[in-house]
Amino acid sequence: MINTWVAATMVAVVAGVLGFFIVLRGAAFVAHAVPNGAFAGAAAASLLGLNTLLGLGTFAVAGALSISWLSRRGRPDVVTALALVLMLGLGALFLSMSQEYAEEIFSLLFGDVVGVSGVELWPILGLGVACVVVLLVIFRPLMLSSVMAEVGEARGVRAGRMGIIFLLLVALATTMTVPIVGAFLMFSLMIAPAAAARSLTARPAMAMGLGVGIALVVVWASIALSYLSAWPIGFFVGMLGAGAYAIARGWASYWQRQPSRRRLALDPIG
Amino acid sequence: MRSPTRAWSKDERSQMGLIFGPGFFQSAPVQVALIVGAVVAAVSGVVGVFTVVRGQSFSGHALADLGATGGSGAFLLGISQLWGFVFIAAVAAGAIELIGLRRPRGRDLATGIVLGAGLGLAALFLYLDTTSSHTTGASITILFGSIFAIDSRLVPVIAGLSAVSLATVLLLYRMLLFSALSPDMAAARGVPVRAAGIGYLVALALAVSLSAMAIGAVLSTALLIGPAACALRFTKRPGLALALAALIGVVVTWVSIVLAYDSFYWPPGGRGWPVSFFVVALIFTAYLLSQIPIRSLFSRWARGRVAGHVRLAGR
Amino acid sequence: MEPTRVIGEEVLKLEGVSVWLSGRQVLREISFSLRAAEMTGLIGSNGAGKTTIFRVILGLQRASAGTVWMSGRPGSGRSSGIGYVPQTVVLDPDMPLRARDVVGLGLEGQKIGIPLPSRQRRELVDAMLEAVDATHFADARVGQLSGGEQRRVLIAHALISRPQLLLLDEPLINLDIRSEHEVVELLARIAREQRIAILISAHDMNPLLPAMDRIVYVASGRAASGTTDEVVQTEVLSQLYGRQVDVIRLRNRVLVVAGADETSAANHEHAHAIADPGLV
Repeated sequence: MINTWVAATMVAVVAGVLGFFIVLRGAAFVAHAVPNGAFAGAAAASLLGLNTLLGLGTFAVAGALSISWLSRRGRPDVVTALALVLMLGLGALFLSMSQEYAEEIFSLLFGDVVGVSGVELWPILGLGVACVVVLLVIFRPLMLSSVMAEVGEARGVRAGRMGIIFLLLVALATTMTVPIVGAFLMFSLMIAPAAAARSLTARPAMAMGLGVGIALVVVWASIALSYLSAWPIGFFVGMLGAGAYAIARGWASYWQRQPSRRRLALDPIG
Repeated sequence: MRSPTRAWSKDERSQMGLIFGPGFFQSAPVQVALIVGAVVAAVSGVVGVFTVVRGQSFSGHALADLGATGGSGAFLLGISQLWGFVFIAAVAAGAIELIGLRRPRGRDLATGIVLGAGLGLAALFLYLDTTSSHTTGASITILFGSIFAIDSRLVPVIAGLSAVSLATVLLLYRMLLFSALSPDMAAARGVPVRAAGIGYLVALALAVSLSAMAIGAVLSTALLIGPAACALRFTKRPGLALALAALIGVVVTWVSIVLAYDSFYWPPGGRGWPVSFFVVALIFTAYLLSQIPIRSLFSRWARGRVAGHVRLAGR
Repeated sequence: MEPTRVIGEEVLKLEGVSVWLSGRQVLREISFSLRAAEMTGLIGSNGAGKTTIFRVILGLQRASAGTVWMSGRPGSGRSSGIGYVPQTVVLDPDMPLRARDVVGLGLEGQKIGIPLPSRQRRELVDAMLEAVDATHFADARVGQLSGGEQRRVLIAHALISRPQLLLLDEPLINLDIRSEHEVVELLARIAREQRIAILISAHDMNPLLPAMDRIVYVASGRAASGTTDEVVQTEVLSQLYGRQVDVIRLRNRVLVVAGADETSAANHEHAHAIADPGLV
């Protein structure tokens, strides 16, 4: 179980930092889709008797790349939806072929307190460090490309390339998070703490730090509560994440209603 | 009549027709599956056109996923999954309406967080389902569907709810297109944009609930978005888009049922592949095919031939 | 020089309309009237209040004070025979609507149910498309038309229901010079032939000068209305802006420039014209 604690800490750090960009780029849907690809990969790995992490990683990356490539030709939201269900369907197929159908599904989709074995810990930590390092390196071009794509293009930051790198990072984050939190709820950890942080502050560094903090609280509490109650981790992650967001929004709007902060709203037509 | 869950005997395999496995048309579960599948696919396809056109694919998907919460909750309470799906879809649709932000990013974020909470609840309910009933079948059915196991008594209910959903969306057809084109213009002409939007959400909630019965909550998005996306590529006429989406949905579903029935013969043997898998695979393939720019390829080919003739003539 | 139009009866009148939004007075006692077969320009920079005036006319915004009269009766809004052409529509290339479908929506787009194909409808749609010179792209997807082409389709859409009043929100934005010219000509012709009152909002009055009968000039929530010669004068605009403003006429173009004075801290120019040889 200690493995899970350590891995979860790394996961929370990645979630807070990467989540900041996911919220910034409005990529909530994609963040929901890529883990489902990972689910198919884990199912395939289980079927073939291979390492779960390998399956997770391969399919997550494949899913991210295909969404990225197809989004150029078709509508991104349609492509994301269809790729998502395709990968889930594949996962269902692989699992139907193996013996441990339902237990496997459960663990993969909703998380497992003992989901991280000793042999998996180091790769997960490695992936986490890699994610954070890459993010710090591309921080500025990614910010520019996410907020003002044309300005970025003019300065030589190709939006398409940034998009692919970003999705690959999401795939990596997925690979390390799914064993603990589960494929269905992983995205909640990516977006809820970051969204909460963003409601409280607009400064990027603070938002990321706050996001990491909230993610840590959510993930630790979820593991502890899941261990005590035997209820799935995913349940706690989803509820605590939503709760954190609601509290943050409530706090933020309370402050906004103070007289010194009153803003004039001009309604647009319609 | 052969139940699809029993393995085929040697005699049956030797009699197998080219496409349809033995006993296909006589099997009662298959008949129910064909009817329910067709009805549900048609409604999803039609409603899905509006979903895609309004740019609300994520909301549609979230609504479908949240069906899992409703279905698993219903199972806990011992009532039919259908009502669970419908109830939760109605609640979620109401939540979406309340969230109501125009900007897609803000809306997607709020949708995602609500989805996270809902799926968390689904996790809990499914866990309790499993421990309370000591079977794990419920999870599979709720998440991925089991079209061959639908209670035939539910067929009239499913047909009725489908009719309601279809009728709603067809009655609001012009208003929805108008508001998708420009909410301002529509409002200025007297279209009750908000009310029409609520009507659409009701139809959507029903459509995803019904297709959740067939192919599972988390996969029902395929029938919602896929046929519609293909149809929109093929035609620019609104009425034709609706008809084509319904047609594609029905064809895909029927082919999937046939393939799933036949697949009991395929490895790993004796169990068959899930219908829902075939549905999503076929829909994805159809979408990829629809993305091929047939017209430009054709005109390039035609120009090539004309150029060839001109070269020959000029000699 | 265009022939003088027949001045028709009053179609719309605003009297002393004031609007408060979020604690701020956005419109102060706006009064003007629009007459059939006349083209009126609603001129002002962004934030001056043009959009709010439109919303009040369309019935989407209640006036805090004052009255709106439509054809002699109080009140206006949705059912009153107003055609509205917004600035932008959704440019979704997937939208399954051809140009002719969009025009068709103008007939009964607010009704419930599916329209049955009828020859009368089709002929009416064709006639409207012809009137805006859009017949050659009538069957194209509306999401794939250029900005100017979309504007024309929207105008046909607004006209098909035979409105008395046509409102256009910044119809000349993002158009090249030639398209600007074409749209203004088209609108002037429509006003004349169909005896409709047309109100066009713009931040630059110069493209409209050749065709505009009257002008409603909006600044800081106040408006001055009348003919161009009456309104676009130094004294009138200075009073409207509340500070010294100069009106410079250069050949057929108008330039409105804010000068420095003791009470204003900033000195900035409101350029209301871009030098445009095409309009001379």
